[in-house]
Amino acid sequence: MIYFDNAATTKVNDEVLKTFVTVSKDYIGNTNSLHKLGFESKKLMTAATKQVADLLNVKENEIIFTSSSSESNNLAIKGVLEAYPNRKKIILTTILEHPSITNTLNSLKDVEVINLKLDANYHINIDDLKEKLKLDPILVSIHHVNSELGIIEDINTIGKIIKENSKAIFHVDGTQSLGKIKVDLNYVDLFCASAHKFGGLKGIAILVKKEKINLSPLINGGESQTIYRAGTPALALIASFSKALRLAKEEQPKTYLQVKEINNYLRDELNKLDNVTINSKIDSSPYILNFSIKSTKPETMIHKLESYDIYLSTKTACSSKEDYSKSIYLLTNNKELSKTSLRLSLFKDNTISEAKEFIKVLKDITNNM
Amino acid sequence: MEKVILIKYGELTTKKGNRNFFVKTLTKNIENKLKDFNVLIEKDLSRMYIHYNELDEESIINKIHEIFGIHKYHIAYVTNSSLDSIKEELIKTVKLQNFKTFKVETKRSDKTFPKTSMELSKIFGGIVLKNKDNIKVDVNNPEVIIHVEIREKNTYIYYNEFNGLGGYPSGIQGKGLLMLSGGIDSPVAGFLAMKRGIKIDAVYFEAIPHTSLEAREKVITLVNKLKVYTNDLNLYIVPFTKLQEEIYKNVSPNYVITIMRRMMYRIMEALCKKYNAKVIINGESIGQVASQTLNSMYVINNVTNLPVIRPVACLDKLEIIDIAKKIDTYNTSILPYEDCCTVFVPKHPIINPTLEETLKEEEKVDFEEILQNTIANTFIYKNEKNYENIL
Repeated sequence: MIYFDNAATTKVNDEVLKTFVTVSKDYIGNTNSLHKLGFESKKLMTAATKQVADLLNVKENEIIFTSSSSESNNLAIKGVLEAYPNRKKIILTTILEHPSITNTLNSLKDVEVINLKLDANYHINIDDLKEKLKLDPILVSIHHVNSELGIIEDINTIGKIIKENSKAIFHVDGTQSLGKIKVDLNYVDLFCASAHKFGGLKGIAILVKKEKINLSPLINGGESQTIYRAGTPALALIASFSKALRLAKEEQPKTYLQVKEINNYLRDELNKLDNVTINSKIDSSPYILNFSIKSTKPETMIHKLESYDIYLSTKTACSSKEDYSKSIYLLTNNKELSKTSLRLSLFKDNTISEAKEFIKVLKDITNNM
Repeated sequence: MEKVILIKYGELTTKKGNRNFFVKTLTKNIENKLKDFNVLIEKDLSRMYIHYNELDEESIINKIHEIFGIHKYHIAYVTNSSLDSIKEELIKTVKLQNFKTFKVETKRSDKTFPKTSMELSKIFGGIVLKNKDNIKVDVNNPEVIIHVEIREKNTYIYYNEFNGLGGYPSGIQGKGLLMLSGGIDSPVAGFLAMKRGIKIDAVYFEAIPHTSLEAREKVITLVNKLKVYTNDLNLYIVPFTKLQEEIYKNVSPNYVITIMRRMMYRIMEALCKKYNAKVIINGESIGQVASQTLNSMYVINNVTNLPVIRPVACLDKLEIIDIAKKIDTYNTSILPYEDCCTVFVPKHPIINPTLEETLKEEEKVDFEEILQNTIANTFIYKNEKNYENIL
């Protein structure tokens, strides 16, 4: 099997799964119970949370565990709007966000959502950002790494500009960046990431919320890991998140180089093919490579590749029901490219020989079409 | 441009007889604190120079602020001690600074250097004026004093002066045992005791099941926060339940706290003997609660001849809280878990107990055996839970 759909989800790391099983079996107490078992569970949760905080260079009480990045994004956006009722309801974002941001924003009443201009390399235009910050937005919500094309935003520079020019809260979706590229949260107020994108389990994610930011919970209830999300803390998942992040971070330098090498190889080979256009710019995240194959239906392509036991995506898995890629269309204004795009995404288990095999198969398929 | 952290020994050097020991201890503490960094430490009679990797600057400075015995430090540029390189370094570095008025102070420990300090200051001042716009000399109240210290091999140029934690190097004073309750005052008392060079270990009186394991965890967290300032800090846990229950059962309610504190002091004295500590340290603050009035202190202290150091005795609560926040113990201390002192508080503890009455109350029970058992069962807390395999 050649698995090239790591931006949708990664295979779970065996060590992480082991943690999940061990904790599920050995730490049966509810972290809120007063007895010894509860206490032991709570102690483990504290240690797991502290490890995550240390790895992100933030404080322990700034980590909120949630079920998914989508939940984290919802909590960030809706939580802030509710916690600051007197601020202007203006939110800056881009056209390239994941549906968990875009659809959340679209669902809000009485909120003005403004898209920031992008420059030639699809990055946020800094002059436009400065200009729009004058509108005194409550929130700027953007991705760190775009899920479809792998565009990397410089969150340090953007964050600095936001802090220097406005009171806006800076919310970053790091689902495609954490555990893969360098993440610096110096200027970021809210940051989300999900374990299953870096070798963890599905069902556990975080929202980093800096101490000074207020937030109203989406889910109310009894005491939990934090006051921002009620519900019995999913200790085994929390521990597994902590482990997955540690392992991903430890392996990150090696993984990055390896993925970069595969990405370079794929770019070179795909460039040689007449009917292929690479949509991901060269400065994109090496973990994501988006390209279009002229006059092929991506669904057909996915299923053809599947018959060779090779797995890719059309666009982000979360929006795969529409028949064209909105991002690519908005960026290129080219319906053809947007209707024929494929997303190939890499992680640590992928190898050059898989890439070679893939190119060979791709040539076979396109030649026979 | 190579930089070093230049540490002046300050108060340490006034104690002539002990100086070597002080400096040696300080060096050891610094080495220990910076062991994860690639640093080179050089020493001479009055100063220490830490060479470091520029990338680590911020982290190392943070660590420097956790070391007792450092009073002032500077971040200095280093160059070799030839007049030309000093001038060159001055030109390069002055451009990075931000000031309007200045004066130059030159020190020349290498007296073979061909010019006097005064002459050199004039020359250097001229160079600074020539190489930076809109600045002037102000010898009386300059915004920046530019120090040029010419030593035999190297010359150090610095534009800044920072305060360190002060105090004496951790551990030069022998050992004391700190009564650590989990409240706001006792961690601050421990911090201040350490500041004077006392090596401390902490003692926690535990009354499970009346107190929870969370209360213990809180004390462990506080110990870890204090550990930042020292090489190591043991925690002794005293199983206090039985003794406390006996007191509660048999003693007049208003004397419960007085007798309980006397028992604690007795245990402290025994532990000091056992673990070779010279003093008891606690967070009592005069008048704060019933057991901390002068009369109470007199009656309670009566059971021991050991010195009892009360670093926060004369501080206001707000002053104590300020320090607690500075050393990051405050947020832990205010967690709402009951400790053994709060669990058994009677409605009306006596504010002015008498020794006579206290002795009478104590005679009601034969505490000796329980007391000895409690001391014998006191144990060192070991952090047995290691999550290495899980996390």
